[in-house]
Amino acid sequence: MRRRPSAWAASWPGRALVILLAGLAVLLVALPLGALLARGVQARAWALVPENSVQQAARLSFTTTLISLAIILLLGTPLAFILARWSFPGRKLIAVLIQLPIVLPPAVAGLALLITFGRRGLLGATLAGWGMQIVFTPKAVILAQTFVALPFYVRAAQAGFRVIDREVEEAALVDGATPWGRFVHIIFPLARRALLGGALLSWARALGEFGATILFAGSLPGRTQTMPLLIYNVFERDVSAAIWTALILVGLAFLVLIAALTLARDHEAEL
Amino acid sequence: MRRIKLLRLFLTLLTLGCLIPGQAGRAQGGQTLTVFAAASLTDAFEGIGAAFEAAHPGVQVIFSFGGSSTLAAQLVEGAPADVFASANAKQMLVAREAGRIAVPVRTFARNRLVVIVPADNPAGIETLRDLARSGVLLVLAAPQVPVRDYTDIMLEKLAADPEYGEAYARAVRANVVSEEPDVRHVAAKVALGEADAGVVYQSDVTPDLAPNVQMIAVPDAYNTIARYPIAITDDTSQPELARAFVDYVLSAEGQAALARWGFLPAWERGARGGACSLAGPGARYAPALD
Repeated sequence: MRRRPSAWAASWPGRALVILLAGLAVLLVALPLGALLARGVQARAWALVPENSVQQAARLSFTTTLISLAIILLLGTPLAFILARWSFPGRKLIAVLIQLPIVLPPAVAGLALLITFGRRGLLGATLAGWGMQIVFTPKAVILAQTFVALPFYVRAAQAGFRVIDREVEEAALVDGATPWGRFVHIIFPLARRALLGGALLSWARALGEFGATILFAGSLPGRTQTMPLLIYNVFERDVSAAIWTALILVGLAFLVLIAALTLARDHEAEL
Repeated sequence: MRRIKLLRLFLTLLTLGCLIPGQAGRAQGGQTLTVFAAASLTDAFEGIGAAFEAAHPGVQVIFSFGGSSTLAAQLVEGAPADVFASANAKQMLVAREAGRIAVPVRTFARNRLVVIVPADNPAGIETLRDLARSGVLLVLAAPQVPVRDYTDIMLEKLAADPEYGEAYARAVRANVVSEEPDVRHVAAKVALGEADAGVVYQSDVTPDLAPNVQMIAVPDAYNTIARYPIAITDDTSQPELARAFVDYVLSAEGQAALARWGFLPAWERGARGGACSLAGPGARYAPALD
């Protein structure tokens, strides 16, 4: 039989390579998570979890990350807007500066925060004058989370604002829309997906924050011991319990991400 | 067509590349000894490591310092190491029960607790009693870290003494604002002035730390003598070298180095140390092992 060369057959090495590499990427993420699940089930880890401390840590994690997210949205949205649409001297410098916490090792971030907001820090005397203590309190946890997670939101929001077609806005302007009206009815809806994606990413980063938290806020159950800190602590007492706590965290994060992504899709349908 | 040819070339190169035997893992013409050691041993062991390397040309000693509980947990999970030097018998037992430790286990150093406060003493702590004052920011190590176990014993002894009592111990515990991963983190928080006080080993007040802290002695009656055990691992790939390292730590030079960094000698004056039973005030949980 004569071999008939087809376009598909001719490109199979390329496709195979792409599939192979993509498959490795999925495996890299799925394998450790799967191993976590398998070991947890095998060791019947749920029987060993110190219930109270998990509840405390979960409550603390979710409370602090929600507050951090609120601060990030409040401060990050205007910043991203300015960086995306205005032009001024030093714009590029500020854009790069805001991204720095991403490449900074978390321990360095923690040290920097300590030197700034600690008792002996730059603002230490001022804060003490106002009767505020930051280190060793949940405030420090929130500060650490905000510091490391803000760049993720700003980055995504900036991109979202930048790609909005100015012609649509100008049309609205011609029709007599106010600046605020333009933002609410044109800019925000068009950038919404990017903003949501950035918010989710920064929330996830805040949830997983460890290095800066343990250096800046310390670790005390009920006050500053978030779930990542609890996992690190329980790991020494009982690895199975640590695995179970880790799985709870993964499960909770998974549920929230699914819920948020479903909500986003519903919004698109309404539009 | 050209793109496909390029992709084929790439695939071929990739496959060939994987076939080249890896050289990265092997040390450059020499042996490597991996030592897991308690954080409090950082300075002393780095000096001992350098001296050991000088005495054994071609050997490189790599240290992993951390809370003994963290190191023991890593050993339980199979982390490769040749020697384990713990700050208490309990964590050595944890590693032993997981089958990672080879006998004999020997005590190579002792230590005692001391309370430290920042050099300018912001909370005005002069005595042990001041630790119970309301509002004091006290930093301790996390539960399971040996220095915390010893601190808890100290608080129990204080609570048992009518001069201090249970209320004292409770007040001190209520002042804890952070539980650090190892003793050096505790020392750092105090040295930085963020904490009002912390409990560390006497040996942690190194020449580097001393200018930044003041020490408050813990009377013998309430103090604990920490006993540090050392052993080679069960599956070390170079048992001779590992045993040589342990012997060096126990030798006159090793003991002198430890003494220089503030550790108490392994054995009481007059008594000769040997394979220890790991029993004693510092080891509440370990039965005699050998």
